[in-house]
Amino acid sequence: MSMTSAQKSGFGATLWDWLTTVDHKKIGILYLAGGGFFFLLGGLEAVIIRIQLISPENNFISAGLYNEMITMHGTTMIFLAAMPILLGLMNFIMPLQIGARDVAFPFLNSLGFWLFLFGGLLLNLSWFTGAPDAGWTNYAPLSIQSPGHGIDFYVMGLQLSGAGTLMGGINFIVTIVLMRAPGMTYMRMPLFTWTTFVASILILFAFPALTVGLFLMMFDRMFGSAFFDAALGGNAVIWQHLFWIFGHPEVYILILPVFGVFSEVFPTFAKKRLFGYTAMVFATFLIAFLGFMVWAHHMFTVGLGPVANSIFAVATMAIAVPTGIKIFNWLFTLWGGSIKINSAMLWSLAFIPSFTIGGMTGVMLASAVADYQYHDTYFVIGHFHYVIVGGTVFGILAGLHYWWPKMFGRYLNEVLGQISFWTFFIGFHLTFFIQHFLGLMGMPRRYWVFLENQGLDTGNLISSIGAFFMSFGVIVFLINIIYTTIKGKKAPGDAWGSGRTLEWTISSPPVHYNFKQLPLVRGLDPLWIEKMEGNEKMTPAEPVDEIHMPNGSILPFIMTIGFTIASYGFIYQTGNKYWLIAVFAGMAIALICMLIRSLKDDHGHHISKEELERVGD
Amino acid sequence: MSHDHSIDPKNMPKDPSKATTEGKYKFMGLWIFLGGETVLFACLFGTYLALKDSAAGGPTTQELYGMGLVFLMTILLLTSSLTSVYAIYHMKNNDFKKMQLWMGITALLGIGFLACEIYEFAHYIHEFGFTFRSSAFGSAFYTLVGFHGGHVVFGLSWIIALMVRNSKRGLNLYNAPKYNTFALYWHFIDVVWVFIFTVVYLMGMVS
Ligand code: HEM
Ligand SMILES: [Cu+2]
Repeated sequence: MSMTSAQKSGFGATLWDWLTTVDHKKIGILYLAGGGFFFLLGGLEAVIIRIQLISPENNFISAGLYNEMITMHGTTMIFLAAMPILLGLMNFIMPLQIGARDVAFPFLNSLGFWLFLFGGLLLNLSWFTGAPDAGWTNYAPLSIQSPGHGIDFYVMGLQLSGAGTLMGGINFIVTIVLMRAPGMTYMRMPLFTWTTFVASILILFAFPALTVGLFLMMFDRMFGSAFFDAALGGNAVIWQHLFWIFGHPEVYILILPVFGVFSEVFPTFAKKRLFGYTAMVFATFLIAFLGFMVWAHHMFTVGLGPVANSIFAVATMAIAVPTGIKIFNWLFTLWGGSIKINSAMLWSLAFIPSFTIGGMTGVMLASAVADYQYHDTYFVIGHFHYVIVGGTVFGILAGLHYWWPKMFGRYLNEVLGQISFWTFFIGFHLTFFIQHFLGLMGMPRRYWVFLENQGLDTGNLISSIGAFFMSFGVIVFLINIIYTTIKGKKAPGDAWGSGRTLEWTISSPPVHYNFKQLPLVRGLDPLWIEKMEGNEKMTPAEPVDEIHMPNGSILPFIMTIGFTIASYGFIYQTGNKYWLIAVFAGMAIALICMLIRSLKDDHGHHISKEELERVGD
Repeated sequence: MSHDHSIDPKNMPKDPSKATTEGKYKFMGLWIFLGGETVLFACLFGTYLALKDSAAGGPTTQELYGMGLVFLMTILLLTSSLTSVYAIYHMKNNDFKKMQLWMGITALLGIGFLACEIYEFAHYIHEFGFTFRSSAFGSAFYTLVGFHGGHVVFGLSWIIALMVRNSKRGLNLYNAPKYNTFALYWHFIDVVWVFIFTVVYLMGMVS
């Protein structure tokens, strides 16, 4: 059954396969491709920003377009690039690491991806009629008063993609709790699985706050409610609270998964077990927990009062402790190891000093009194790019180099990999290090131009040159992907020869049911244990028997189209009530899909024993 | 045989809704989802509490709220939670007819609740001119209570669809988890209402 669909070739069949897939590995690849596309888009926007700021009083783009550019850059990078790429890695790798054949809710997984993609596309459609321009933080009342439909696109686009992310989070939690292979106890789970788990918990508890904020914003802008309208008793600070109750956990959603990546890469290439595994798990939870207690450090200058500011300042500084524990554990993992340097390792090694600088400026910002000086200057821009680029982006690139052979069966090219690493790494520090000083000299963020002869010219020029270096690095990475796809060296199952975890026990790329027989896990780093005992393979935990797999479905895709049409209708019904037809039509499509899903039985299919034996391992 | 989801009456699993792995996943998935829903309602409650005194010259909480109707609504919804427990009890005894009957009663009570809520909203709008747009308090009130009402509507559609779909074919291991997850969701809606009853209405009447 399942094989016939794979054997049909031709563009139509392939397209249909990707549109209907519920395979976590294919969905992972879709996430990577979608996130990668938006990463390029966001990168282009960044370059345009840096060209505008290359010299004082530049006229490259207009003030209005500049506002749209910074808003779309931030929103795109956080919601549509960084997070989806991480979700892609999690989707592909985590089930392999726990020895599962799929995720708990394959249908929901596919729906989550399509919602993310169409949310992102919807948001970017705004470029044709006027993009959102109130910053990625979209503060009221600025966002309430912004004319046109830009902000409406922001609201609906993020609502869609946020719903998709929430589904992903729930799915991963249930998968990790209920689908671990025999013997895979919690404290034997690889660190990347742990951080996926904890990031999913953060998604679960953080995203609903954004959902509510976006609803209130939508009601105020489209239906005349008064949440943020001071004239009718509204309060604009509510938006800030809701946004940051979501927003601060969000930055940990971005960083924790790559902490997991580094915790896989270092042991593999140092040929040593991770130092302080238990402390790492504990620190992850501590960071996540504290992450919910600190949101108001983004609001020190709002006027919440000295007591609130002090509490939030102390809580914020406390996060540096578990983060420091992690940094030291990675260093101790490397200590005395037989270290092999390659692209994955370079990105990981570069992460340690870069991210530490970001952590240090974070602690500086956490001092509420000092933050009155730093707030809304380029110092903050410097801080968060050190943690997000030096942390999340480096981690994504480390993870991509590390797992590329597992995902696609071919190694990324080392030479190209190192060229793109060095140019990007140098470019990154050129761009952002100087921004700390620009900020301290008083250059505010989000301004269209800066004036001549204020000591800001050289710094901005250097920063812009750095951005070109980074772009060069990204382009070389793209070339690497193309080159690898065509000519890359083929990879065996244990691609690096020193793999420790379950994903390296199966072929590269894995068959669609992942494990012919579920493995028996006998401790932390199960593959390493078998290797140490001279075994070539994992001990199976079950005899070869037929395997139950879920069926593909086109419903998630159609459902998403329905929601997208409805969102479009919502945006435009403020001007012309005929657009309500789109709202109802879109909702009807989505609801009918839900009804079909609920009422039509779907028992999945089975891969027979004979077929499994024919395929071999 | 292993693909067959029907229940053998002589060999009843203790809890048909959790006899399959899919059933277990669904049940846990809904629990987790409710964790997120809790944050959603917490944010709406927070917003309401911040804005409840911003009546902008319109009616205040004391002028607006009355005990009678809201009390009736509370009784209706609490009872519907109880009847859904009966339904699940009968499910575990593999008594499909009784399960459908009690789920039906649950749905009827839910519809009763919804009717009261619609009446309440209409009453506020026509008698007091208290609308979604008249003040920040109005916006917050209708959003919080309306979100809850929306959840009731969704739950009702869900259970009615389930009952109609399965009316002819009886209980099996494939649809038992669906009834069970619905029941869990319904309890959650009930708990949220208890908070609305206390925080919005009771506190609104005294303060
Ligand atoms: C030791 C850890 C950290 C501390 C103490 C810290 C502290 C802070 C503080 C106090 C601010 C507010 C500055 C202001 O607006 O005046 C801030 C902003 C920010 N931080 Fe961090 N941070 C830390 C780690 C991180 C990490 C790991 C990330 C992301 C991966 C991150 C991302 C951001 C972002 C995006 C902003 C700016 C948001 C905006 O206004 O647009 N931070 N940080
Ligand atoms: Cu923060």
